[in-house]
Amino acid sequence: MFENIEWKKIMKELSIPLLAIVSSFIIGTIVLLATGYPPVETYSALLKGAFGGLNNISDTLLASTPLIFTGLAVAFAFRCGLFNIGAEGQIIVAGLAAAWVGTWTGLPLVIHIPLTLIAAALAGALWIFIPAFLKAKLGVHEVITTIMFNYIAFSFTAYFNLKVLAKPGQIQTPDIKSSAYLWRLSNWIEMHSYLNLGFILALLVAGFIYYLLWKTTIGYEIRAVGSNADAAEYGGIDSTKMILVAMLISGALAGLGGAERTMGLYHNFRNGFSPGYGFTGIAVALLGRNHPVGVVLAAILFGALTNGRNYMNMLAGVPVDLVNILQAIIILFVASDLLFRRMLNYKSEGGQN
Amino acid sequence: MEILEVLKQIFNLQTFSSTLRMATPLILAALGGIFSERSGVINIALEGMMLAGAFVAVVVSHFTASPWLGVVGAVIFSGLFALIHAVVSIEYHAKQVVSGVALNMLAAGGTVFLLNILFNTSGTSPSVNSLSYWGNFKPTVYLALVAVGITYYILFYTSFGLRVRSVGEHPHAADSLGISVKKIRYICVVTSGMLAGLGGAHMSVGTLDVFREGMTAGRGFIALAAMIFGKWHPVGALGASLLFGFFQALQIRLQGVLPIPGEFIQMIPYIFTVIALAGVIGKATPPQASGKPFKKGER
Repeated sequence: MFENIEWKKIMKELSIPLLAIVSSFIIGTIVLLATGYPPVETYSALLKGAFGGLNNISDTLLASTPLIFTGLAVAFAFRCGLFNIGAEGQIIVAGLAAAWVGTWTGLPLVIHIPLTLIAAALAGALWIFIPAFLKAKLGVHEVITTIMFNYIAFSFTAYFNLKVLAKPGQIQTPDIKSSAYLWRLSNWIEMHSYLNLGFILALLVAGFIYYLLWKTTIGYEIRAVGSNADAAEYGGIDSTKMILVAMLISGALAGLGGAERTMGLYHNFRNGFSPGYGFTGIAVALLGRNHPVGVVLAAILFGALTNGRNYMNMLAGVPVDLVNILQAIIILFVASDLLFRRMLNYKSEGGQN
Repeated sequence: MEILEVLKQIFNLQTFSSTLRMATPLILAALGGIFSERSGVINIALEGMMLAGAFVAVVVSHFTASPWLGVVGAVIFSGLFALIHAVVSIEYHAKQVVSGVALNMLAAGGTVFLLNILFNTSGTSPSVNSLSYWGNFKPTVYLALVAVGITYYILFYTSFGLRVRSVGEHPHAADSLGISVKKIRYICVVTSGMLAGLGGAHMSVGTLDVFREGMTAGRGFIALAAMIFGKWHPVGALGASLLFGFFQALQIRLQGVLPIPGEFIQMIPYIFTVIALAGVIGKATPPQASGKPFKKGER
């Protein structure tokens, strides 16, 4: 009986994301037909590119790794009723921090790897600190301040990359030392993918976030503030503190995403470091219903779309940007879940987010 | 470097006119933001709406050889594009910020996708006919200034404006007086798209004669900043847009002249906005109901 109820709940949670995905692919099909591309070939090429072989699967997981981090960052803040739209800024500032600390010499890897990870997490937390402080103390809307900090980050990282760290004429920082590498799995498995230990780290962090949110007092308090800040205050929870803590953790999570890119994939910081991981993270969190397991699954879906699109372009000739359109439509549908709720006739409105 | 020399570089007619040129898309999109937020709908999709407008203006100008039709097309299309935001946030109570993020992605992806389909390129569109000068400026510059006056008049001297403001501050009170909250919000969100689209058209067929991938480059967000810095007031937004436009002009003019790197000048609008929000120079407070979906019979 108990199991039955659990399944019903899970199915209900899954139904809206699944409907959103299916609906967006239907709209994608219409777009394809209208622009004269064959939908079946397009989607099968997309699928093949994403999952057709060990390398493809690994590259899909590689593409999903930063999205797990940014998705967790956004989801974690959401759980406290906050909107971290600044994960984009946090991930690039953190990537830059990792690229700087990673170049330090003379450290054994048991120290250098954690040190670089911590530097990145701290940089991410630092980048959200002012928005977090203003939100917690003065109630300043975090959406606008985190957006502003994204743009400050773009200029800030461009300056430090191009004018301080990079050698003249280069658009990337010097490579980090091998003692700060997150090792690529190709060291152990025969493949070309740059999939690295960062992916494993992402899964561990997702597990930790689940534990933190649902098995600890601090997690309970964060969620209490998220569902009703006033009620939480009455219950003796310091909502100012919780908002600050939740946002800093959120920034640190995004920061770890930057660490993975620097330490596992690029081994440096470069122009165009993030093609919008922070913004896609919002979609990932939303599609994953702000649950760590959902976030991992949604990140893998978005990673698959990102990774499969080049294959789709090669085989079916469809411009890669179709994938961005699909992602945007998925978000629109997930965001208007009321539409599906009305269709499915669910009585309860609103859901968790 | 002589200080006088630097000042001469900064304060001259050229800087003034490039300030006005740079400020134009900001003014238009900020006015759009004001309409939307004054009615209670957060619009962070100004960026995407501008981008869509810039694109459509070039496409229409390309196929009709008329930049003016391009401008009209941009305004209409961006209005329709904004309708998505309206439906999703007004009808389905979606998180307005999420819908905004989605529209920005849709515009970024959609324009490049169509650039590929229509012109077989993913970078820059072919050159099209652009607007001709009216005196020292492109017509869109004057339109933006006129739009400030019109917006001010509508918001503060018409009954429609009063309704917009009441819907944005106290939707339930407005509703009990028989004002259709939904209708007002629909009109305002669509208007915001049209204004942002005009701003985009200014960039593509006004200042330039092409569309480039991602050419709005964050101006929609600077416009958002200008709206906040101007305290949701059309004249304030005009002032903030001119200030931010001035910094943009400065950054281009002072490249290599001053020891301050351009990157730091770029940050100024965003830093100013955070400071304004923090209340250091007079607190910027958004309309009360901004961002909250309106549900009848629920408070």
